[in-house]
Amino acid sequence: MTAPPEVLPAGGAASAAWLLFAIPALSAVVLFLAGKRANAWGHWLGVGSVLASFALGVVIFVQTLGVAPEQRTTEVSLYSWIASGTLDVDFGLRIDPLSLTFVLLITGVGSLIHIYSVGYMAPHAAGHGADEDAHAEPSSDSSRRRFFAQLNLFVAAMLVLVLGNNFVLLYLGWEGVGLASYLLIGFYQDRPSAATAAKKAFLMNRVGDVGLAIAIFLLWLELGTLQYAEVFARIGELGGGTILAITLLLLLGACGKSGQFPLQAWLPDAMEGPTPVSALIHAATMVTAGVYLIARTNPIYDLSATGRVVVALIGVVTLLIGAIIGCAYDDIKKVLAYSTVSQIGYMILAVGLGPAGYALGIFHLLTHGFFKAGLFLGAGSVMHAMNDDVNMRHFGGLGRRMPITFVTFGLGYLALIGFPFLSGYFSKDAIIEAAFGQEGWQGWVYGGAATLAAGLTAFYMTRLMIMTFFGEERWRNLTAPDGEAYHPHESPAVMTGPMILLAIGSVFAGFVLSAVGLNQWLAPSLGELEESTHGVLPHAVVPWLVLAFSALGVLVAYLVVGRRPTPVVRPEPVSLPVRAARRDLYANAVNETVIERPGIWLTRALVFLDNRGVDGLVNGLAAGLGGGSARLRRLQTGFVRSYALSMLGGSVLVVAALLAVRFG
Amino acid sequence: MSPTNYLLLSGLLFTVGAIGVLVRRNAIVVFMCIELMLNAVNLSLVTFARINGQLDGQVMAFFVMVVAAAEVVVGLAIIMSIFRTRRSSSVDDANLLKY
Repeated sequence: MTAPPEVLPAGGAASAAWLLFAIPALSAVVLFLAGKRANAWGHWLGVGSVLASFALGVVIFVQTLGVAPEQRTTEVSLYSWIASGTLDVDFGLRIDPLSLTFVLLITGVGSLIHIYSVGYMAPHAAGHGADEDAHAEPSSDSSRRRFFAQLNLFVAAMLVLVLGNNFVLLYLGWEGVGLASYLLIGFYQDRPSAATAAKKAFLMNRVGDVGLAIAIFLLWLELGTLQYAEVFARIGELGGGTILAITLLLLLGACGKSGQFPLQAWLPDAMEGPTPVSALIHAATMVTAGVYLIARTNPIYDLSATGRVVVALIGVVTLLIGAIIGCAYDDIKKVLAYSTVSQIGYMILAVGLGPAGYALGIFHLLTHGFFKAGLFLGAGSVMHAMNDDVNMRHFGGLGRRMPITFVTFGLGYLALIGFPFLSGYFSKDAIIEAAFGQEGWQGWVYGGAATLAAGLTAFYMTRLMIMTFFGEERWRNLTAPDGEAYHPHESPAVMTGPMILLAIGSVFAGFVLSAVGLNQWLAPSLGELEESTHGVLPHAVVPWLVLAFSALGVLVAYLVVGRRPTPVVRPEPVSLPVRAARRDLYANAVNETVIERPGIWLTRALVFLDNRGVDGLVNGLAAGLGGGSARLRRLQTGFVRSYALSMLGGSVLVVAALLAVRFG
Repeated sequence: MSPTNYLLLSGLLFTVGAIGVLVRRNAIVVFMCIELMLNAVNLSLVTFARINGQLDGQVMAFFVMVVAAAEVVVGLAIIMSIFRTRRSSSVDDANLLKY
């Protein structure tokens, strides 16, 4: 790999990069503080702030494109943030191809989803409203304003995460998006399931965050600095064991945030939040922060082959888990959530391949941002039409009712399963090729698992498409969970517009990004992409193999799901693999048995010890003193003569003692 | 001169006073018995002053008398006010201050 490029001070529009996150942050503050006065225009302020951020991002991007590649890594230091002894952390921003790529993704997709949310979160949408009416909010306008405030907070925090030029700022953004994610998953506060899901996400993220925090502590302990530039320049001074520990701890952080094995169980539950949140945070941006973290710290991972193997294996395990479970769920959002888990597994696998994969992981991240956000918005549109029902067994034949949703969702679907020349075809195939490009067992394991998962992806997505948009209209004879009949209808333009734009992105992003040379653009940040020449399978064979597996997945899905009527109630009992997949491959059961139950026992034991042991000691001492005093009190009889007697007795004793000492 | 008789008298007076304080109920009598004890001590102080040929013991005896006079003033005032409120001069009746 080439040496990291020189870091230059930022000039021009890039020196105003702090506005990128300041605008959404300010908007969030206004929306939080203005109260119901902002109800009428608050959502447009939210949209406008992200659009302004996006515009500024484009300006900086164009300016950066205008300079030579080796001058594209710039930094701007705003002020000295923390100065304490030898710890000196600047509030500094790094504007380089990697962070700019993320800025454009976050603000671009974020803008579209903000616009979509104006319609989705509308208080009294025609023929809809289960979202809001079912909840005893004093005013649905207020809830929409709160929603936009939290969404803006998320965008600001995510931008801080990707723009920071040191690990502390990264951690600030990391925790900021965690907070926003927690708030938005639990947005429907009155639903116990949403509150539980929010807590679960927060706690499981905490596990990862501890890993990230310890990695940062280790870096500071060993190097005495947390600036990216200095850390990456001096990382070679550390011993192999320390570097391995840092890579694994960073990976733990990435696993928590990105829903990777073994911390993947929170992400599907996070679908309790409103659907735009699922699209923005839990598909396109926040959950990819782990991929960003590993790509950003690539100079550290370059030095630890073992660390990279662990990263890649985590990716392999996760992409298989996600794909397998995705096949079994009937909840449209959960299928997409497990699909996200699986696709992020691909990205983690890619960045785990080292210099041969960093750029490919980011590439897939971008295309996935388009098509998965589009798929989630489509799912939201379907729920909007179906009284917030998420059970695909109640759908069917919706393609004729909602043509725009059907077409945009269909394009996202084709992009995801890797239909030739759509986005996913370019990015996912590149990852699988690079995986087969590894030598020895690694090539077979990585590549084989990725190919198998591609087939499974095709299966579960085709199943989802058939159950939702094709077949007989099963909802005709059913009533919705809120007790009314279904009246499927197309969503308003403010919702379909973003869906159309994202569908266009799903179709062309892969082709455009590979044509304009995303890999060269990212090279200053991630190093040159290495082509592997002696892998286990030649590059020419891999696309055909993947295509064959995907086609097989589609065919099986058509034979299994498409050719026979779908039962409205999910069939029981089912075979063992399906039962396991329906129960998340027992991930929750394992967590419960291994961590939760012993934790509860430990807590109970500690409470018992505290109540009986510590409290018992203290309370016993107090009770003993109190009881003793109550008895001693009886000596105060109130009879003067008895006091006189005791005084006399005392005096006699004192005198006797004196005499005994004197003459004894 | 031998101090034995003086000291015996002093001890006798002190004992009488102490027993009087312990067994009598009338506050005035108790009070007089306390005076008796003080004066028994005065007697022994004066005796030892005489034997040692120094004035320290006599000075001490005067101090005791002054203190006793002041004590009588306060003590009698207390006894008077208790008698006014409780119509009794028995020390056993003044037993409100207890557990």
